[in-house]
Amino acid sequence: MKVTVKYFASLREVLGAGESFEWTPAGAPTAGALRAWLQARTEAHATALAPGRAVRVAIDQEMADESTPLQDGAEVAFFPPVTGG
Amino acid sequence: MIASRVTVQEADFDLAAEVAALQHGREDVGAVASFVGCVRGGASEAGVSALTLEHYPGMTERAIEGMVAEANRRFRLLGVRVIHRVGRLEPGARIVLVAVASAHRRDAFEGCEFLMDYLKTHAPFWKKETTPGGERWVDARVADDEALRRWGIASENAGAPGRPSPSS
Repeated sequence: MKVTVKYFASLREVLGAGESFEWTPAGAPTAGALRAWLQARTEAHATALAPGRAVRVAIDQEMADESTPLQDGAEVAFFPPVTGG
Repeated sequence: MIASRVTVQEADFDLAAEVAALQHGREDVGAVASFVGCVRGGASEAGVSALTLEHYPGMTERAIEGMVAEANRRFRLLGVRVIHRVGRLEPGARIVLVAVASAHRRDAFEGCEFLMDYLKTHAPFWKKETTPGGERWVDARVADDEALRRWGIASENAGAPGRPSPSS
């Protein structure tokens, strides 16, 4: 399936703005499975997306959680807790 | 029908002009409550010389429009104006405006406070501080999640309830 990953704030600084790619999930195609798969890409990904780090996720520009299934063509954003206002 | 407008911009805003626009051409508005958030600097903020705000274009506007719709379900509102600035802002600069028009003060006050509490924890903005020691991303505050939970909305932006926020 095709996914577009975006990173913001501290994650963008170490991983770049993001990319689009074909992803073949081993199991259910959830946001959490994608996060785990991305951790294996580089040392920087492993650190920035490590379990226990405060990483929030949005799917197709809606706040989501890691159990949410992804559809083909999904835009998945990973970012730290928000600090606006 | 509620008149609402949400803008994310680098430019400053004019509070008086925005309040006037909420009242313009209508006599049913009996109350306008507004909140303006500003950049703190000086000794209390460890010498912060600037904040740089980043956001998620597209999602930000949609997210805030969803919050306005929820506010409109909870309170009797006549108009809402939200402006959030991005980019580099120095101490004293205005960051955010939430202005809410209603027939009576209670709905205006509560609608304004609800929208700020919601925006703080669910709108995709991030602040980076510039200090003499370098730059650092601002940490989310558990108190902001607690503020939103008082409105009956689950919020775990900074961390799960009762647990400290994992550092990032």
